[in-house]
Amino acid sequence: MSDVSVTLDEETTLEEARGTGTSTVARVAKYAAFRLVILFFAVVVAIYLTVLIANMGGYVDEIRRGEIRNAISLQIYMSEDPELKKLSSAEKKELVDRRVTIEEKRRGLDQPFIIRSFAFLKNALTLNLGFAEDMMSDSGSKQVRLILLERLPPTLILWGAGNILLFFFALFTGLYLSRNYGSFLDKLIVALVPTSSAPAWFYGLFLIIIFAGILQVLPFGGLVDAPPPSNKLLYALSVLKHLILPTSAIFISSIAISTFNRRVFFLIYSQEDYVEMAKAKGVSDRTIERRYILRPTLPPIITGFLLLVIAIWMGATILETVFNWPGLGQALFKAIGLFDTPVIVGSNVIYAYLLAATVFFLDFIYALVDPRVRIGEQGRKV
Amino acid sequence: MKTIREITRYPAAIIGGILIILLIVIAIYSLITIPYAEAVRLWRGGEDIWYDLPRTAAPAWTNLFRDKKLPETIILNSQDESVEKTVEEVSGSRTKVSFSLTFDYTYDGFPDEVILFFHTKYDEKKPHVNMTWITPEGEEIRVGSMSAENSSAYIFSQDEVLFRRLGRNLRPDEALFAVDSAAEAPEVLKGTYTLQVDGSIFEPDTELDAKLVVYGDVYGIAGTDHRRRDLTVALLWGTPVALMFGLLAAVLTSVTTMVIAAIGTWYGGWVDGLIQRITEINMILPVLPILIMIGTFYSRSIWVMLGALILLYIFGSAIKSYRAIFLQVKESGYIEAAQAYGANNVRIIARYLIPRIIPTLIPGLITLIPGFVFTEAALNVLGLGDPTLPTWGKVINDAYVNGALHQGQYYWILEPSILLMVTGLAFSLFGFALDRIFNPRLRGM
Repeated sequence: MSDVSVTLDEETTLEEARGTGTSTVARVAKYAAFRLVILFFAVVVAIYLTVLIANMGGYVDEIRRGEIRNAISLQIYMSEDPELKKLSSAEKKELVDRRVTIEEKRRGLDQPFIIRSFAFLKNALTLNLGFAEDMMSDSGSKQVRLILLERLPPTLILWGAGNILLFFFALFTGLYLSRNYGSFLDKLIVALVPTSSAPAWFYGLFLIIIFAGILQVLPFGGLVDAPPPSNKLLYALSVLKHLILPTSAIFISSIAISTFNRRVFFLIYSQEDYVEMAKAKGVSDRTIERRYILRPTLPPIITGFLLLVIAIWMGATILETVFNWPGLGQALFKAIGLFDTPVIVGSNVIYAYLLAATVFFLDFIYALVDPRVRIGEQGRKV
Repeated sequence: MKTIREITRYPAAIIGGILIILLIVIAIYSLITIPYAEAVRLWRGGEDIWYDLPRTAAPAWTNLFRDKKLPETIILNSQDESVEKTVEEVSGSRTKVSFSLTFDYTYDGFPDEVILFFHTKYDEKKPHVNMTWITPEGEEIRVGSMSAENSSAYIFSQDEVLFRRLGRNLRPDEALFAVDSAAEAPEVLKGTYTLQVDGSIFEPDTELDAKLVVYGDVYGIAGTDHRRRDLTVALLWGTPVALMFGLLAAVLTSVTTMVIAAIGTWYGGWVDGLIQRITEINMILPVLPILIMIGTFYSRSIWVMLGALILLYIFGSAIKSYRAIFLQVKESGYIEAAQAYGANNVRIIARYLIPRIIPTLIPGLITLIPGFVFTEAALNVLGLGDPTLPTWGKVINDAYVNGALHQGQYYWILEPSILLMVTGLAFSLFGFALDRIFNPRLRGM
């Protein structure tokens, strides 16, 4: 077991790889490349679905054609221009048709929707997201990309803080519980598992009522105090204060189930024969835990965590809305209210990329820690 | 039978089961007492249906926990038997009708609003009304004088003349209840109040009736919202909606997912590969944003949402776990036997593979329900709920949008949230307990 040990430290991995031939790097790279292809497909499918839904399967094009014809007809028939007034109605109609054709060609509406949809797909994939109808970025731009990129850092801070806290807390508590199997705390966590059926935004409401409404110790929501402190340190502290409640909401909503899952894995793996063997040899508890239990459980734990992260991403919109957190999710909520199509589509595109990026990141770690990928026993298995 | 006996050994399963039964009883009760059309009418109705109720009033039982009792709504109608009406002929064409509306006011807070609604019948000449307010101390205050059109109303707080006469410290409807309306912190004078209504009728067949509503700050079991609607309607009706949505979504996704997993595992090869790849792609589709788009651009109907959600979940991560089980079952001896006697693929999948894993399906299915219930609530909270149905999520949305969190109207958010919580807990308690019974591998842990 110790022969095939994997360290997260990349340099040693590379050195080992050089020693045993380049096959490890090649395998990890092959695995990563394979996952990248799958993820790229997923992004393409998600974005194409978005394009189809946002354009109502081409129906929006029909509406646009109608609008163009209406506007041009109005221009020509209502015109005070003496030249136009002289024309007969047949000539006017011809003129309208001609101008409509030119306008449709200019806006690309002469092509069938299916071709246009691929052009939209390409634009979306390259983050060429167009201009918002109503919304504006804080810097005053109407570019959807700028509006959304501005919202990205708060979202990443919130979800990064929540997930990292969750991952490590669940990992160590799970380990502790598996060591103290049957203790009061252990039973408590098992009993609390059903609380994880409610999503983070739901606990958020309760937290706001308790800590902001009744106790009035923490803010209702938002990113910083108003007006924002000019001092960098005070600004950071203010953000931190506003971060407490939403992060706690994420934490509370998933902590019981993730701890429970870790604990089950640890219990299963600690019953393996090689653990008994190591114990018999007199290996210390700490080493057994690190080498014989933690290491083989990491891949399934990462897969489990991956699913959790996906689920938490899905709830982003609503948690950010509840906490008035100026992230992507709240932008999406506002865009729904304003019926701002480009922003809604843009948010979906960014979400698809974010999800794929998260999954790829975790996949990569998975590839590094899973001996099956490294040793190549089974090239691709998740 | 054995399973049922085993279930009773798990307290979590018993609690969950009782809660589920309770929810089902509430759902059936709501469907029977408030038929669908009535629920929609009540919930979409505005002031015309709910004008008797106070705005954003907390539930009446909250008074039990308050030192200062908030007023309840008092409604007095001259059409009631208990109200005595005197009719006195003054001259040939003029008749005097008078009645007094008397009530006890024993609360510590001022009423939210006081309105007198007229209900009159006349041909041409409107009856004329003089109103006198009599305080518990016997003081008589002339409050209003007007000709009473049918379904017109006298709103005390908007009477400018009365406002000036009573001193400008308090709204007229508050000043009428105050011990000393000029005081810094006016207090409520408790006791029996009377509104004396004297009407002059100029036509023989004229009817004159009035309804006095003293709007309070608490109402009923559940309280009211910003549009005076009684929240019990939405809380009751939210139950069948949530249960139906959760159950249908869970059953339909689990069964289809299982069938797809069975087909994939049995045929193997490219079929299996394709299903695996679709699952991998589907797993990272942003479900909620896609639902949000459907809600914004197409339809907010609960059925469309249900359909879309099911489609997005069919190729969910559950396929992987079903596949793992099917791979084991596929190797069993009895499957080989079935093949040997010539059973075809469809028969093997439908009769031998699928029935084997139904015990594992049920707990999984039940634990899925809360997720779907919360997804439906989430869509409602985002303002993308079904436009006609009253649901829990919609109540939360109304409360949130109207600033209930900031104004301390916590009941408005807590009531639907607690119901959601109970539903979620009930199904997950029951589901997890079943999981332990059906999957003995976990039982020791």
